[in-house]
Amino acid sequence: MQGIMESIQTLCSGDHGNEGFMQDDEDEEEENGVGRLTSWAELLGFGLAVFSEAIAPQLQCFCDRTLGFAVGQGGSREAWIKAVAMAMSLVRKAVKKGWVGALAPAARVMSQALSTASEPITLDIPVPFKAHKVETPSVTVETSAQELTNFFKTMFIMRRMEIAADSLYKSKFIRGFCHLYDGQEAVCVGMEAALNDKDCIITAYRDHCTHLGRGGSVLEVFAELMGRKDGCSLGKGGSMHMYNKKGGFYGGNGIVGAQTPLGAGLAFAQKYLKVEGVTLAMYGDGAANQGQLFEAMNISALWNLPVIYVCENNHYGMGTAEWRSAKSPEYYKRGDYIPGLKVDGMDCLAVKQAVKYAKEYALQNGPMVLEMDTYRYHGHSMSDPGSTYRTRDEISGVRQERDPIERIRKLLLSNNIATVAELKTMEKEAKKEVEDALSKAKESPSPDSDELFTHVYRKGYGAKAYGADRKEVVVKLP
Amino acid sequence: MVRRRFSFGLVSRLSSPIYGRSPCSGGIWTPCLGQKRSFMTAKDLVESEEPEKKVTNRINMFSAINQALHTVLDSDPKSYVFGEDVGFGGVFRCTTALRDKFGRHRVFNTPLCEQAIVGFGIGLASMGNRAIAEIQFADYIFPALDQIVNEAAKYRYRSGNLFNCGGLTVRAPYGAVGHGGHYHSQSPEAFFCHVPGIKVVIPRSPSQAKGLLLASIRDPNPVVFFEPKWLYRLAVEEVPVDDYTLPLSSAEVMRKGSDITLVGWGAQLAIMEEACDEVSKLGISCELIDLRTLIPWDKELVEDSVNKTGRLLVSHEAPVTGGFGAEIAASITNSCFLRLQAPVSRVCGLDTPFPLVFEPFYMPTKNKELQTLGL
Repeated sequence: MQGIMESIQTLCSGDHGNEGFMQDDEDEEEENGVGRLTSWAELLGFGLAVFSEAIAPQLQCFCDRTLGFAVGQGGSREAWIKAVAMAMSLVRKAVKKGWVGALAPAARVMSQALSTASEPITLDIPVPFKAHKVETPSVTVETSAQELTNFFKTMFIMRRMEIAADSLYKSKFIRGFCHLYDGQEAVCVGMEAALNDKDCIITAYRDHCTHLGRGGSVLEVFAELMGRKDGCSLGKGGSMHMYNKKGGFYGGNGIVGAQTPLGAGLAFAQKYLKVEGVTLAMYGDGAANQGQLFEAMNISALWNLPVIYVCENNHYGMGTAEWRSAKSPEYYKRGDYIPGLKVDGMDCLAVKQAVKYAKEYALQNGPMVLEMDTYRYHGHSMSDPGSTYRTRDEISGVRQERDPIERIRKLLLSNNIATVAELKTMEKEAKKEVEDALSKAKESPSPDSDELFTHVYRKGYGAKAYGADRKEVVVKLP
Repeated sequence: MVRRRFSFGLVSRLSSPIYGRSPCSGGIWTPCLGQKRSFMTAKDLVESEEPEKKVTNRINMFSAINQALHTVLDSDPKSYVFGEDVGFGGVFRCTTALRDKFGRHRVFNTPLCEQAIVGFGIGLASMGNRAIAEIQFADYIFPALDQIVNEAAKYRYRSGNLFNCGGLTVRAPYGAVGHGGHYHSQSPEAFFCHVPGIKVVIPRSPSQAKGLLLASIRDPNPVVFFEPKWLYRLAVEEVPVDDYTLPLSSAEVMRKGSDITLVGWGAQLAIMEEACDEVSKLGISCELIDLRTLIPWDKELVEDSVNKTGRLLVSHEAPVTGGFGAEIAASITNSCFLRLQAPVSRVCGLDTPFPLVFEPFYMPTKNKELQTLGL
């Protein structure tokens, strides 16, 4: 509702330009006749909502001042004449203020949004997939306006969140380690489009946005980063340890590569319990050289576990380029007997297509490796400037040519799903959401000192420390 | 530089790749075989510690370690430094300029694989080379624990002295740093102290770091060298510019006292020194001992000290249960039981995973020391 009001206001302010109302409507009617018909119910509901929020108060005021006045005065002829004069002046005022002018574009926005929201759009993925021991998925992907808009909104929120985390770290609200994900948003957003709540994700320490994708909130992320009570891990985990039980997000793990055998275990549980979900075990190009990854791959292939190994290849393992640490930087082939796909990780739709394909494969046949060719704009962590091992030109080059948010923006504009003004509105909303969450998180208290000792073991099933210096330890057996 | 009253053991051979040259300052360097040095007492050690007038530089710990590595690579052509990101200088600048000076074949980056780093180092060392492996943070040493415990520590023993990997030195920054959290602050020395066959060495200051590192690298046994990361920049000291070693398995009395013995290592000693200063105002004189080598540890020195004072307090950052303080406490209680006037106390980290926001509560702070001292 808020969005509609704001879009109406934006439109009133003149950003919208001189597009004629009637003309556009006719064009759309011709093209999208079928789409329109299927969403009449939605349109009606939408219209009623707009009416009640935007128009009704004004209408009530109008009626009060005119009819109410006339009836109040006793319904005499003079009173009615006065009421009509009042009505005309109000209408003139409204036209001056632009309220009437606003209704037309509002109706246009409604019809446009609703009629084309869930209608399928087919797009082609520009960068082809590369496959290892498997067929490539089709480069034609079906999406919808709503999905693309969601991509844009979510990625923009993630980007703002990471940038806010950057400034929080610099102003010492966040201490310790902070590994930022900006540039790589397309990977987790594209993944989520192909997954549901039966699937599990486990990743390494660059997990703020993955947590958000799995159902976390920006408030939880900020509070956890600052070590406050409202954080998703009660403030005890910090940047690297964000978890979400309902969303099936198993973290958030600090030791590089150690999460991959855990992913194989999660997949085993899913297969055993016949959940019809897959596990995405995510790791980076640095972790691709860890022995435990190959151990995990071997056992998951041996037992046909529904696990998808997602290598987020941002080409730098901290400060080491991939060609200096790996004999074979073709990480999608590293599974050897496990088939693999190389995907353009800066393209949400490519990621969505690949994950959808991999999920179908994994549920039938066992593990698969997906290499997401992506890039991070920040350094490895906040203590890494990110420019000692790569040139600034390279970073800005990727930002200009391959930025995931810009790609979706272009798609939205070229397919007439949104206008520049609407995108600006969405961006403003996202910024506001992030700022609100930030201020709320700053007010959140630190965890109580007792929390230092909780959750070491299950309550009542381990040792509890007593005394002022906690030296005296009492073991409580079940 | 310790000048001994008498020497025993091997005089170092100039040509041997493992034993190396004797230090320039003219003392006799003996390999530490962990045997008893029967006639030395704490008093003797303190007296003989007086250094000759040397050229020194005021540098911090990572520079001191850097100098030590430069010295080793200079003096022995068959020594190598490798680990994650050591090429550009390392995340703590300990390996700066090594690659430029000695070349990519001797100073090189490894991929992200701790188990392979240490295993590779063991192989290299077993062919008579000095392999100096760096593990980026001690928290990441656990994949390599199998290699250290099962391969490195037992190599000489199981091959009947046919082979050994004495040239291996594993360096790792350990300990709290103020904001490290779970995986950048751990003190895992206790895990390694449980393994006969390796040595664990922990310096407390830049000059100690340089000398002990040179000694560890030249020691004919595999050594795990933990560097307190809090002190990398913070600790600044006058460090001799020349090549010198400090003896392993030899603890050092930092200050003499008569009322209570305090034993610690690494960054914790700075905290303990502050506590000692505070209690000395109340007339309690503390004897502060830096253990330096955790295994094999200098039992006699500590026993002599406890026999003198009658009380012992051990302090370390690692969790109290199963920490190395437990070994010291048990051992001293066994040997000095009748002399002890109070039970051995331990002021250590708590039995929780190393916390993030709660770090100030977890750490063995000066106030906890004072409380245990009885104030």
